[in-house]
Amino acid sequence: MADLEAFRNEARSWLEANYPPSLKTPMTEDEAPWGGRKAVYKNPDIKLWMDRMASRGWTAPTWPKEYGGGGLTGEEAKVLEQELRRIKARPALMSFGVWMLGPVLLEYANEAQKKEYLPKIVRGEIRWCQGYSEPGAGSDLAGLQTKCEDKGDHYLINGQKIWTSYADQADWIFCLVRTDTSKKHEGISFVLFDMTTPGVEARPIKLISGSSPFCETFFTDVKVPKAQLVGALNKGWDIAKRLLQYERQNISAGGFGGTGGGLEIEDIAKKYVGTDADGRLADHDLRARLAAHRMEAKAFALTVRRVEQELRAGKGLSPATSIIKYAAAKLNQDRSELVVEAIGLQGLGWSGEGFSPREIGETRAWLRSKGNSIEGGTSEVNLNVVAKRVLGLLDHQ
Amino acid sequence: MAILTEEQTMLRDAARDWVQARSPVGAFRKLRDSGDGAGYDPALWREMGEMGWTGVIVPEAHGGSEFGYLGLGLVLEETGRTLTASPLLSTALTAASALLIGGSEAQKEEWLSQIAAGAIVAALAVDEHAHHAPEKTALTAVKSGRGWTLNGGKAFVPEGGAADLIVVAARTAGQPGDADGLTLFLVQGDADGLTRTALKTADSRGYANLTFKDVTVAETAVLGEAGGGWPILEETLDRARAGLAAEMLGTAAQAFDVTLDYLKTRTQFGQAIGTFQALQHRAAKLYTELELTRSCVEAALEAIDNGSADAGALASLAKAKAGETLHLASNEMVQMHGGVGMTDAHDAGLYLKRARAAEAIYGGASYHRDRYARLLGF
Repeated sequence: MADLEAFRNEARSWLEANYPPSLKTPMTEDEAPWGGRKAVYKNPDIKLWMDRMASRGWTAPTWPKEYGGGGLTGEEAKVLEQELRRIKARPALMSFGVWMLGPVLLEYANEAQKKEYLPKIVRGEIRWCQGYSEPGAGSDLAGLQTKCEDKGDHYLINGQKIWTSYADQADWIFCLVRTDTSKKHEGISFVLFDMTTPGVEARPIKLISGSSPFCETFFTDVKVPKAQLVGALNKGWDIAKRLLQYERQNISAGGFGGTGGGLEIEDIAKKYVGTDADGRLADHDLRARLAAHRMEAKAFALTVRRVEQELRAGKGLSPATSIIKYAAAKLNQDRSELVVEAIGLQGLGWSGEGFSPREIGETRAWLRSKGNSIEGGTSEVNLNVVAKRVLGLLDHQ
Repeated sequence: MAILTEEQTMLRDAARDWVQARSPVGAFRKLRDSGDGAGYDPALWREMGEMGWTGVIVPEAHGGSEFGYLGLGLVLEETGRTLTASPLLSTALTAASALLIGGSEAQKEEWLSQIAAGAIVAALAVDEHAHHAPEKTALTAVKSGRGWTLNGGKAFVPEGGAADLIVVAARTAGQPGDADGLTLFLVQGDADGLTRTALKTADSRGYANLTFKDVTVAETAVLGEAGGGWPILEETLDRARAGLAAEMLGTAAQAFDVTLDYLKTRTQFGQAIGTFQALQHRAAKLYTELELTRSCVEAALEAIDNGSADAGALASLAKAKAGETLHLASNEMVQMHGGVGMTDAHDAGLYLKRARAAEAIYGGASYHRDRYARLLGF
């Protein structure tokens, strides 16, 4: 415990000395530190903060030092997290590499691959995207058809992915491909390749919210060196599932997050609906539903905390991550609906005069939230996972 | 499940073993069928005292083990699983909490040691109508020569019929609806002028209506300060709510486990009904609710143990969430069992009946949503 306090003191003074003062305002969407070769930094301190944190391995605090990580224990990482929260630090690096790919590379990749990819993830040099869903393989992910052929000294990839988050801005992709067409789950492999490889094309998809966070990604005779296969050939499904657990865990830990900008939902409602003589929200029906929502949100936050505590106590990544993804999606959708309802027609502004940027942000966040129960495994698929893996219910024959 | 200490794990395991061996659902069914108005089995209650469960939150100086509310919650969760009917919550948690929070040294010495020893049954008499509303207390206490004189009524008092000691909320100033002007009194069950009428409720537990006709108590019977009852009462109720929520979590978890087992064994159309996705998704949703509820219950109990400022809000959260989840679990238990779930021979009905009573005691979900909103300032 004394060691932990020493670590806390050391982390605190380092953070105080190294956190750039210009980052003390709330982060806006175009300031998100995704890193990568194409990154443009509006404020050079965003990059400075990333580099400083990466120099200590604290962008991936618990990864081993030999791969660029911080080498911290779970308890130390928790302390670091608390100290970062204490100074209201912005994230130094937001990264699919840190959240999803890194953990499975640590578990499944060979030594050369770990040495090649992990330090670049820690430093935010390479931005990764996730090649999972296909037009014919959504909820039935294992039905994917992107073909990967063994051409002796390299693999040749042909096919199409969809819903590839930020593929147009990513440098590399971790991609599920079919290496055996005679089997379903046992014919899938997990490969990594550079998005600048000839034959790769990413086209953004415009969503109902007006933004384009996802792409269609096309592969035409893409040549991939064989050293970029992770794990054994045709054994990619285990890696794919493990990565999904990390993805769901990550989605849930952060929640989907509204755009409240620090305002709680009841403050928004009070502003637009008003209060009665007793200081209660004037619309009593809405008030009851807001209270129910706030209680659900608290129950969810307490559950995330409990799952993290269990994880730190060495109980492993629990199948409860599936209930958490399901609950997080529902919660954020409920919140978005309530916010738009509370704001009234003022909450349905699209652009231009008459609407504040926050109001327009809420309209778009509400539309965007409809994807929460689809992305990262639909709510229905997550319920299937809970029913089968946690509750032990069998498949229908 | 929270990360438990060694003592807590031992306490939970002992409770689990005892409940399975000595107090399965069948024991409660037998008690119900016996028509015994007390609403609990004195022999089982004695055994609970012998195992030290009546002293879990009581300080060592008064004969308890000081294992805290999370510890007692673990026991209540296990007894809740089999619908064990006992005065444990009423005596060892609710009344003991009132004494811990508001009692003088002399009151603690006199009563907490008896509670810890399992020597008495104690109750909290607060509500006067069918809906939980502590501030609406109308029962009056007036200063008289020898102390105080109480007049009025209390309704649906858990263990009110059997209690040797009753903590009574009385109005010494103001009007029903005011939080100010309440005073708590320690009244003995055999006090002159106190009439107790046992109620037969669907959940077959021991509730009584109490009538106070010129019940006179000494000045030393005041718990805390005259007129200063509200903060003690509110904190006591919050602890009772968290404890009851732990019991309800156990009841809901067991209702779910029994139902899940049925989904795996009941065959229709040539296969287990649990292979049908319509039922799988409902089971998965119920499981999700149970996990969320567990987090709330444990957080509320831990907040009480740590003296956290948000213990009240968390108690409301735990009680509301446990109520909603138990409501759903008990309904799904009947529905997923189909016709057999409607029969008296099956346990589903016992869970359903207990669920609704537990949901209402110390405030239902709507009461606590309103309170939660007020605590958050909207």
